[in-house]
Amino acid sequence: MPIECVKLTKRYPGSASKSLDNVNVSIPTKGIFSLIGRNGAGKTTLTRILGTQLMPSSGHASINGLDVVDDAKELREIIAVIPQDGRPVPWVTPAQMIMTYLMWRGYGIREAKARSVSVIKDIGIYKEKDKHISKLSGGTRRKVLVGCVLASEAEIVFMDEPTTGLDLISRTSFWDTLGKLKKDRFFLLTTHYLEEAESLADGIGILDKGKLLVSGSMDQIRKRIRYRYMVTLGKDVKVPDFKGKIIRTSNSARIMTSEEGAERIASEMIRRHAEFSMSPISLNEIFYSFVKEDIEAGDGDDYEEE
Amino acid sequence: MRRNKLSQVWASVLLTAVYWMKNYPISIVASFLSPIAIVVIISFVSKGALVGVAVEGALITTFVLNGILEMTDISHLKNDFKIQDMVVASPTSALSYILGMSFSSLATAIPSIIFILILWSVFVHTTVVSALTVFAVVALLMVLSISIGFFLATRTSDISQSYQFTSILGLLFTTISPIYYPITLIPMPYRYLAYLSPITYGAEIIQSATGYLSISSMNLAIDWLVLIVLTVVTLFFAIKNLRWREA
Repeated sequence: MPIECVKLTKRYPGSASKSLDNVNVSIPTKGIFSLIGRNGAGKTTLTRILGTQLMPSSGHASINGLDVVDDAKELREIIAVIPQDGRPVPWVTPAQMIMTYLMWRGYGIREAKARSVSVIKDIGIYKEKDKHISKLSGGTRRKVLVGCVLASEAEIVFMDEPTTGLDLISRTSFWDTLGKLKKDRFFLLTTHYLEEAESLADGIGILDKGKLLVSGSMDQIRKRIRYRYMVTLGKDVKVPDFKGKIIRTSNSARIMTSEEGAERIASEMIRRHAEFSMSPISLNEIFYSFVKEDIEAGDGDDYEEE
Repeated sequence: MRRNKLSQVWASVLLTAVYWMKNYPISIVASFLSPIAIVVIISFVSKGALVGVAVEGALITTFVLNGILEMTDISHLKNDFKIQDMVVASPTSALSYILGMSFSSLATAIPSIIFILILWSVFVHTTVVSALTVFAVVALLMVLSISIGFFLATRTSDISQSYQFTSILGLLFTTISPIYYPITLIPMPYRYLAYLSPITYGAEIIQSATGYLSISSMNLAIDWLVLIVLTVVTLFFAIKNLRWREA
């Protein structure tokens, strides 16, 4: 059964604006679902409501048929979370931290110890298992928290920006680990690394200003976009007439257009011997397209209405 | 999966007391340095006359300060490390967590308590009745201070706030209250200020039970009543206002 949100709304006490505004979504609890959005878009709020840490103001949310408010106790049996900015306590070792978390989940001390040693090997920090966390790198500390939830029996795991601050190699290793584990568990995570979300997540949701703009697989989301091709022109290349959208940066102009439009621009560029490249749009462009920032209109709407 | 409830409580004790003391043994010395230092000062100043009551004060201070200091641990786990979020979204109940953190504050006090009890056996004349009285009072004071600690910890948004509260309460509870000496040593009308602190009522009962203070039965009854009512009310508010899941 999926995660279901119906008119889910959150307004923090004393706040004039809504952090989540009437969110309706159905997310299959299989594989990896990545929630993307700008800072303050509502990603953390949604994750915390689903993780039973925060009460919604109105609307409903359920996971596998269990309501996040009314059935929180039952739900907490099957979920685990890694909060944004979460850190393991510095005065213990990774093994002690993971063991403590497992005991909070109700494991006996012996099983908790055995599981913590096992997961420490799996996530590649066995050499550091007896070092104080205060002496570990930021990436390794992050792995300790990941180890906590992976060592548990939780079927549904919420991770709020788990890779923020990690170097490329650590991030790749983290995603690899999730890739292996997604057969048995569901991961919902928020991230700012769109390339990683695009290549590894089975489903993606884009939030902006508390509203869920779109949700689905990359193919499903791409189909919602009118202009599905991207032509990138060099810095000094004069932009030809086009039908679509353009994103200007200091080094290039990126035109989002239709397949025919892309072919036409490509022909023109070849005729001019100008520098250009062409590709199907990536999550980056989709994201830009949906949040509608920094985009100049060429002609037409950004995306198809359902 | 069958959950081990005892493990869920023990986890907090392990993290914030056992591992803390095991990995940083200096914390054991630090925990009883402050009350013992005051015992030494009082003993010198009173030429040994008040050493017994000062030892009683050290015991009260240890229980009360460890209860309040638990606030900083809770605040650390909640605001600094966000570990409380992980616990909220787990099968651990709020009650298991509170119990665990309360036992943790008691556990961190154990080395200090043992040391003070050794001094107690040397300097304080104790009967079975007075021992039971002292036990009851320190238990109430511990519940009172932990309740205050919990109440404030759930309302702090960062660790700095917790440190401020700890300093203020530490000052209020262990300086205004005449716990290292009898209240009769405070001149009037300043003596009334001491009654602003709930610890004063507990100190009077203990000092009376061990023969360091002579008060009327009526005053003793009032001390018990105030201490019990304050503890129950504070505990009630701490549980009622505990923010397990944010609104």
